[in-house]
Amino acid sequence: MAETLLALHGLRKSFGGLLVTDDVTLDVRQGEIHALIGPNGAGKTTLIHQVSGTLAPDAGRIRFLGEDITTLSMPARARRGLARSFQITSVVPSFSALENAALAVQARRGSSLRFFRAASREAALNAEAMDALAEVGLDARAATPAAALSHGERRQLEIAIALAMQPRALLLDEPLAGTGPEEAERLIRLLSGLRARYAVLLVEHDMQAVFALADRISVLAQGRVIATGTPDQIRADAAVREAYLGEDEAA
Amino acid sequence: MRNPRLWLPLLVFVALAAAPFLGLGQGHSLTLLARGMIFGLAAVSLMLLVGGAGLVSLGHAAMMGMGAYAVVVLDHAGLTEAWMVFPAGILAAALFALLTGAIAIRTSGVHFIMITLAFGQMAFFTTSSLAVYGGDDGYTLFSRTEVFGARWLENRLVFHFVCLGALVACWALVQTLLESRFGRVLRASRENETRARALGFNPTPYRLLAYVIAGAMGGLAGVLLANATEFVAPAYLAWQRSGDLLFMVILGGLAGPHGALVGALAFVLVEEWLSHAMEHWRLVFGPLLILCVFFLRGGIVGLLRRG
Repeated sequence: MAETLLALHGLRKSFGGLLVTDDVTLDVRQGEIHALIGPNGAGKTTLIHQVSGTLAPDAGRIRFLGEDITTLSMPARARRGLARSFQITSVVPSFSALENAALAVQARRGSSLRFFRAASREAALNAEAMDALAEVGLDARAATPAAALSHGERRQLEIAIALAMQPRALLLDEPLAGTGPEEAERLIRLLSGLRARYAVLLVEHDMQAVFALADRISVLAQGRVIATGTPDQIRADAAVREAYLGEDEAA
Repeated sequence: MRNPRLWLPLLVFVALAAAPFLGLGQGHSLTLLARGMIFGLAAVSLMLLVGGAGLVSLGHAAMMGMGAYAVVVLDHAGLTEAWMVFPAGILAAALFALLTGAIAIRTSGVHFIMITLAFGQMAFFTTSSLAVYGGDDGYTLFSRTEVFGARWLENRLVFHFVCLGALVACWALVQTLLESRFGRVLRASRENETRARALGFNPTPYRLLAYVIAGAMGGLAGVLLANATEFVAPAYLAWQRSGDLLFMVILGGLAGPHGALVGALAFVLVEEWLSHAMEHWRLVFGPLLILCVFFLRGGIVGLLRRG
């Protein structure tokens, strides 16, 4: 079995009286896409926030590359190789596509406490940034400000930024959100190609995409993982059908 | 020239360098231009915070005040040598920026404005209570800063070019910093802090460093201002002065450090002209500033680029 890179153990989080993450245990292995699905309000985004470090869990541990990262900040987790993309595109709007990716390269290559050389003319940063853009098919738009890119292109840029970090694991929060069918198809092909090099935790609403991409799927309902398995196992799972289709139809 | 945005600031610098030889040689005009350049320097340093790091400080006059009062303290002790006065003023302001910034940087938005205002007012009331340095009434310097015993700075023309040199150096520094790796992290964190954090950058140390660098430059402006007027008073640190500086930055435009420079020169010159033209000039100056905010969205620099 492939090496486990990211492991959640007994995560618990509540807001007031509402238990949003209820004893979640799951792991993501090198070379797999592990999809996290569930009906609206199941707690998927809250869980991603805890893994990326923007929310602290009330209980439980998160291990990454064999190290307990539960109490580390988001920047510290990112520096250890945990990259995340956002459900709502998060790029630096006035930076060009290239500079957005170059900033990610800069984060891991040498000190950013350099004061006198123009960063935009650092060939080493730009070359690696360009590679990341080329990988998502955005190299022709390198000089365009992120704010002027189309929605689909910004989704691609978001992934290019994550790749430019050269992470070990990717947390992708609804990478297909708001994309048209053609863009979605291109992104699915792109994501599928990433599997070999990373451990990917994918949150996605598009079920067709999830079943096409995922090696394993975990289903979240009311904060609990009600099933984990291969796409075929999940399709056949009675509890999953119930969670998604409602008790009436299941009966 | 590779960067067309450098034309405007260079034009301003050439004009300032030529000014003494273009019939502006009379004492008062040169004093006024020196004042404009000193505030230009302070505004450029504030621009690093506002336009670069997104830190809207309403306490920047305190940085100038630290520099000015360093001159006072040394003058009172009989020390007027430039090699002591200038470093002391710069370091005093940098230290003040480090101590207050370490707390202020932890907040953002309106809270940052309020906390920098509070620290500025603390400095204001502290200087007001220093009876030995004149308290509220201020302190008249024994002499301008000397350079190895020589009183070069007493010469208006020399002082003009000292101010211009300091201004150009600080403008170039801010311009360079904003384009460096350091500046790129500052700018990214200003526009999208979540993205910067997700990449592995903790913005706090970068912002604090920017705050200290801007403070140090503000201190330099304070040393020059003390020398220009040969008089230092707590009013130099008052929050109205911080507001003026902030206004100069916005008036000029946030497109680059030269915006702050143009804004400061315009502010100082219009203020001077209006105050001579009429008695109740503030009644005109205030609304004029408001109109600028409404109609000059990109500041004066934005207007020039469109025109």
